[in-house]
Amino acid sequence: MVEIEIDGKTLQVEDGSTVIEAAHKLGTYIPHFCYHKKLSIAANCRMCLVQVEKAPKPMPACATIVTNGMKVFTHSDLAIKAQKAVMEFLLINHPLDCPICDQGGECQLQDLAVGYGDSASKYEEEKRVVPDKDLGPLVSTDMTRCINCTRCIRFTAEIAGFMELGQSYRGERAEVMPFIGKTVDTELSGNIIDLCPVGALTSKPFRFAARTWELSRRKSVSPHDALGSNLIVQTKHDRVMRVLPLENEDINECWISDKDRFSYQGLNGADRLTKPMVKQGGEWKEVDWNVALDYAAHALRDVAKNHGGSAIGGLLSPHATLEEMFLAQKLLRGLGSENIDFRLRHTDFSGDGKRVGIPSLGMKIADISRLDRVLVVGSFLRKDHPLIAQRLRQSAKKGAEVSVLHSADDDLLIKLKACVFAAPSQLPAQFGQVAKAVCTIKSVAVPHFLGELVVSPEAQTIAESLVSGSNVGVLLGNFAQQHPQAAMLHALGRLVSKTLGGRLGFLGEAANSVGGYVAGAIPGTTGLNAAAMLADSRQAYVVLGAEPELDCANGAQALAALAKAAVTVVLTPFKSQAMLDYAAVLLPTTPFSETSGTFVNTEGRAQSFYAAAKPLGDARPAWKVLRVLGNLLDQSGFDYNSSEDVRTEALGGNPEFVAGLDNAVDGVVMKLAPTASGIERVSDVPIHFADPLVRRSLALQMAADSAAPAARMSAAMLAKLGVAAGADVRVGAGGTAIVLPAQLDAGLPDGTVRIAAAHASTVALGPLFANLTVEKA
Amino acid sequence: MNNDYEKLSPEALRRIDREVAKYPADQTQSAVMAALVIAQDEKGWLPKETIAAVANYLGMAPMAAYEVASFYNMYDLHPVGKYKITVCTNLPCALSGGVHAADYVKTKLGIDFNETTADGKFTLKEGECMGACGDAPVMLVNNKRMCSFMLPDEIDKLLAECK
Amino acid sequence: MALIDTINPLLTTGWAKGDAGWSLKDYEARGGYKQLRRVLESRMSQDDLIAEVKKSVLRGRGGAGFPTGLKWSFMPKAAPVKYVVCNTDEGEPGTFKDRDLMRFDPHSVIEGMIIAGYAVGAKAGYNYIHGEIFEAYQRFEEALDQARAAGYLGDNILGSGFSFDLFAHHGWGAYICGEETGLLESIEGKKGQPRYKPPFPANFGLYGKPTTINNTETFAAIPFILGMGGEAYLNLGKPNNGGTKLFSVSGHVNRPGNFEVPMGTPFAKLLEMAGGMRGGRKLKAVIPGGSSAPVLPANVIMDCTMDYDSIAKAGSMLGSGAVIVMDETVCMVKALERLSYFYYEESCGQCTPCREGSGWLYRVVHRIEHGEGRPEDLDLLNRVTDNMMGKTICALADAAAFPVRSFIKHFQSEFEYHIENKKCLVDPEVQRMGSGFFKAGNV
Ligand SMILES: Cc1cc2nc3c(=O)[nH]c(=O)nc-3n(C[C@H](O)[C@H](O)[C@H](O)COP(=O)(O)O)c2cc1C
Ligand code: SF4
Ligand code: SF4
Ligand code: FES
Ligand code: FES
Repeated sequence: MVEIEIDGKTLQVEDGSTVIEAAHKLGTYIPHFCYHKKLSIAANCRMCLVQVEKAPKPMPACATIVTNGMKVFTHSDLAIKAQKAVMEFLLINHPLDCPICDQGGECQLQDLAVGYGDSASKYEEEKRVVPDKDLGPLVSTDMTRCINCTRCIRFTAEIAGFMELGQSYRGERAEVMPFIGKTVDTELSGNIIDLCPVGALTSKPFRFAARTWELSRRKSVSPHDALGSNLIVQTKHDRVMRVLPLENEDINECWISDKDRFSYQGLNGADRLTKPMVKQGGEWKEVDWNVALDYAAHALRDVAKNHGGSAIGGLLSPHATLEEMFLAQKLLRGLGSENIDFRLRHTDFSGDGKRVGIPSLGMKIADISRLDRVLVVGSFLRKDHPLIAQRLRQSAKKGAEVSVLHSADDDLLIKLKACVFAAPSQLPAQFGQVAKAVCTIKSVAVPHFLGELVVSPEAQTIAESLVSGSNVGVLLGNFAQQHPQAAMLHALGRLVSKTLGGRLGFLGEAANSVGGYVAGAIPGTTGLNAAAMLADSRQAYVVLGAEPELDCANGAQALAALAKAAVTVVLTPFKSQAMLDYAAVLLPTTPFSETSGTFVNTEGRAQSFYAAAKPLGDARPAWKVLRVLGNLLDQSGFDYNSSEDVRTEALGGNPEFVAGLDNAVDGVVMKLAPTASGIERVSDVPIHFADPLVRRSLALQMAADSAAPAARMSAAMLAKLGVAAGADVRVGAGGTAIVLPAQLDAGLPDGTVRIAAAHASTVALGPLFANLTVEKA
Repeated sequence: MNNDYEKLSPEALRRIDREVAKYPADQTQSAVMAALVIAQDEKGWLPKETIAAVANYLGMAPMAAYEVASFYNMYDLHPVGKYKITVCTNLPCALSGGVHAADYVKTKLGIDFNETTADGKFTLKEGECMGACGDAPVMLVNNKRMCSFMLPDEIDKLLAECK
Repeated sequence: MALIDTINPLLTTGWAKGDAGWSLKDYEARGGYKQLRRVLESRMSQDDLIAEVKKSVLRGRGGAGFPTGLKWSFMPKAAPVKYVVCNTDEGEPGTFKDRDLMRFDPHSVIEGMIIAGYAVGAKAGYNYIHGEIFEAYQRFEEALDQARAAGYLGDNILGSGFSFDLFAHHGWGAYICGEETGLLESIEGKKGQPRYKPPFPANFGLYGKPTTINNTETFAAIPFILGMGGEAYLNLGKPNNGGTKLFSVSGHVNRPGNFEVPMGTPFAKLLEMAGGMRGGRKLKAVIPGGSSAPVLPANVIMDCTMDYDSIAKAGSMLGSGAVIVMDETVCMVKALERLSYFYYEESCGQCTPCREGSGWLYRVVHRIEHGEGRPEDLDLLNRVTDNMMGKTICALADAAAFPVRSFIKHFQSEFEYHIENKKCLVDPEVQRMGSGFFKAGNV
């Protein structure tokens, strides 16, 4: 610790702190543009110049390291004169077009310029004009306003992991731009909008939509991935106009993914369901709520009465709130059904009854940054968990060793220690090799089911890396959880982490992947899981917030099952043609922005939020709709006054972290011999296809990450099939076939073809994991 | 000249490898300046495809290579004539005729700075101090050949020599 | 040939045969690599070696004049990987001595760098060579090959157990890479944008490793210092200004070129060696240390001796030893306009005051030169320079400011005349003839 004095106030700060950090501790504001606590120090804007005793020249507070006894003056004549000088330089080439600038009202340059009001510029030469850049559908540019602070550049290079932006040319002609003809495609791109201290980078979807001071703001929580990013949702006249990150160092730090930021466009989409609808005689009619609810209650009661409760299946979206899932399962159980599930994309449920507790991250999100050895198994990490990938990226830079075991070598933009890529059916055996090597190195008995495996050099490298760590994490991704041998992968993860005294974590698939378990939204011992209730179709279904054809492991099968059912009651914020085909009743419920509720994120943190806007049209929060349904069905215990009441009941109180988390597993039958052969499907759920809301964001659907699915395969596979990249191929599975363009993906193991799920064009292909036939079309 | 902008010749790659070998194994980016020079020599200028190819070869972001290509004066981001003549007009040279030499070339070729003659033969550039002020006026031909004491006769000779 | 004259040849001993005397065997024949051999064979201690350099009071020849021995002593002893870097990015207008060192005596630089590597414990070095002097770069590569073949570079040099290798890195047109941290960035394959200091290169240099950076001439002097002893070297010059120095004399003299003279040689003597004023015209002003140094009017410079202290006392800097001589045919506004354009053109663009200020300065001077000056412009220029100086990452902003301030300070009336009369004080035809480009009968 060193002691320093800033403007006469003394304080103790850690060695190596900068003056600006020290000032921050004191609450002393030092003007700055290029400095950002999460980025490397550039010291280029020179706005933060302050006076330091004994230094002849003003010093940049962002880059000056404190020394014991240092005396800093942030408001002395020398400091103010320097700051004013810099401000004048910043403004001479600035267009000063604040009245038409989207940043107006939240511009650091504008705020500071007002503070230094008297430095009206004497600059009468011609001003610089900088051509705008096309950064893609999300970020809009007005580059003449750019002050070359390079924050955006450092963000892409350091946080997002790939330098998509740079500063070309030099001197006064220096220009921030992407590589010629390229856009900014990182899944974190929107953060550069927040980082840009001026209006050079603004939100394209928000462009000219509102002045910032017209907006009301509410805290909220992301309904997308399992991180539970904290959000600020901004509305104008009850319409969400913009979503920004709410800083939370323990969760999303100061970032959010583009999915979190721009999905709100879907909230205002044309296909919002705003009136209850029932199908009568094959015709859809908009009806009053009481008619629709009566209809739904009667229909469900009739099925339960005539066919038994088990004739009803409940498919709950893992993006539904805790309260919604809790009430839905309560309602279904009240009807006598145990067929309840929210794990819609899972294919292996053999772990049910063998898990010791609720699967979760197994550590705090912030702990991820403290792991020194990490093995990520079965994960499209960067797209499924953009900010967890970001944390690992930073750790890897600081020396943590990250290894990967997966079926696709997508560039994670993380420096990897080692990796193994294998067809899906091979993953358990590959993981088994790592486990065997770990056991061998640690001299613990190798379990019999690993006995036959031959450890590959890569598996050995991964094992050695893990063994050399003092804080080891094994993380199972979405792909591993959706895998047909998910339970085995779980058990292997457990074996490895336990042997190393490390931690096993599930990277939750969705906003409420932990909450679903907490809410009891899984089948009871006599019930059918998500896959089973679709394979063996039910008389009636209750669908909450999901589009089963896109959100289930086998969309084709889901559609068929729903079509066969006598009654399907759908609680949904959106309507789709598929729903109009299979449903009997559509109950318009509200998306996360128009309801209060709770998401339990992947670390088990229960995060509640309020509605940011009033429900659109006649839509109602699903928890209220379920409450009324409970009442109509004469079920007891549905007299809640608020969603908080529901939460209290579901959580048994109001804890910050939910109880019952445990990633141990017991008694999984281990059979590591590969089960599949032939050409295997590798299915990813692309980031912008993953849930009903994001699928409706027009801007996101234009982003690079939203490319239409193709049949991706290695060069060897292309050669084997005799097709050129770009040519159509016919891909078949289980009797149906679809035609897709072939695409080269050098990161795929031989014998696999990658076909994205959750897209209308691939629904017909059926299951996420399957053997395929592929031929020239 | 090789017009397949995305591909560097084996000879170019071999020369780049030799540059890479000058630096520590994990610092291949250090060779980017030399690699861009080699690529420019081969293609005549630096189209974006070539810059990207160099970046990919060295395992760096194309934008990082573009920053370099646009920062240093002697990379040509646009096509230039067969002979690029750069005249130093900085003060020490100007005192001994640097500006006048440039004017002389302009008149002879009928082009201004940053222009190329209609036959594609000459491009004229204004240069900064080349560290040869004692030999003023000085000119650089195609970045690598320095010509000293460029009085009218010498300029005539040079232009005649450039076929 | 660019060595015109010398009083006390050390660095330039090998220049006599010009392009014919640079190779290894020539260098060895004049005693080259003897000092390296002596250092290695006697296993001279690093401390003794650095002490000898300190004794010589060799001050960095790149411009800042920082004592070289002291700089070397900053290198952390324990660090496992260290570098020595030579700055041959000679781009300071008026300076052309390092190019000739590269051309005529590259091995003296190589020997100096190897010895420096030994002194600071580095195993590798780079010489960063100005983009525009390709021929010098090529020659240096050749010289390196020779030295490597002769066992002066590489593993276990001369069986001493000391290993050192040296490589050439060719620039490609950016003055700012002469700034030592811009240079390091450039070697790392980036734009040559200077780094904020501290940390200084001695702690965080090339690839983040401790690095010693010196000018070409500084390294070239090392073998001679060891040859004659630090004390003797110091005594060649004057106290605190050791040894001899190369001066690049350009502009309105009869014999522009490089001159090696002892520190403290009177300017008048140097001018005389350069053949005096061209056409016998009257001296108007001299920039004594490269374009970044403040200009001095004739009467002031004529009283100076050529060493750090004397020139500093006169209000300028010895800098790189580039002496730009201007006679009465020069319009000082036009001269300044060209210099201001240079800094505007060469600013790397990262710091606000330099990026914005260098263009502002140039545009205002340009306006004045083109008859659009305003009475308040001189105050404006002084205010803008004031706002630039001392507020940036590197000294280029100051370098852009010094000429503006000094030109206005010493030639204010000429600037005022220009603003008032919208034309040069010096007749344009006189200016035109001053360059010597147009000889009788020419154009
Ligand atoms: C804008 C700028 C340009 C410079 N150009 C050069 C140069 O061309 N050559 C050089 O040796 N030093 C140059 N320097 C000085 C170097 O930063 C550094 O001080 C020098 O190389 C150290 O070597 P020395 O101690 O041997 O002089 C420059 C400095 C600045 C600020
Ligand atoms: S665009 Fe914005 S963030 Fe990027 S450098 Fe310019 S001002 Fe800074
Ligand atoms: S002072 Fe100028 S040249 Fe130096 S770092 Fe700043 S902008 Fe670049
Ligand atoms: S904030 Fe310190 S220089 Fe930009
Ligand atoms: S000024 Fe022309 S080479 Fe130096």
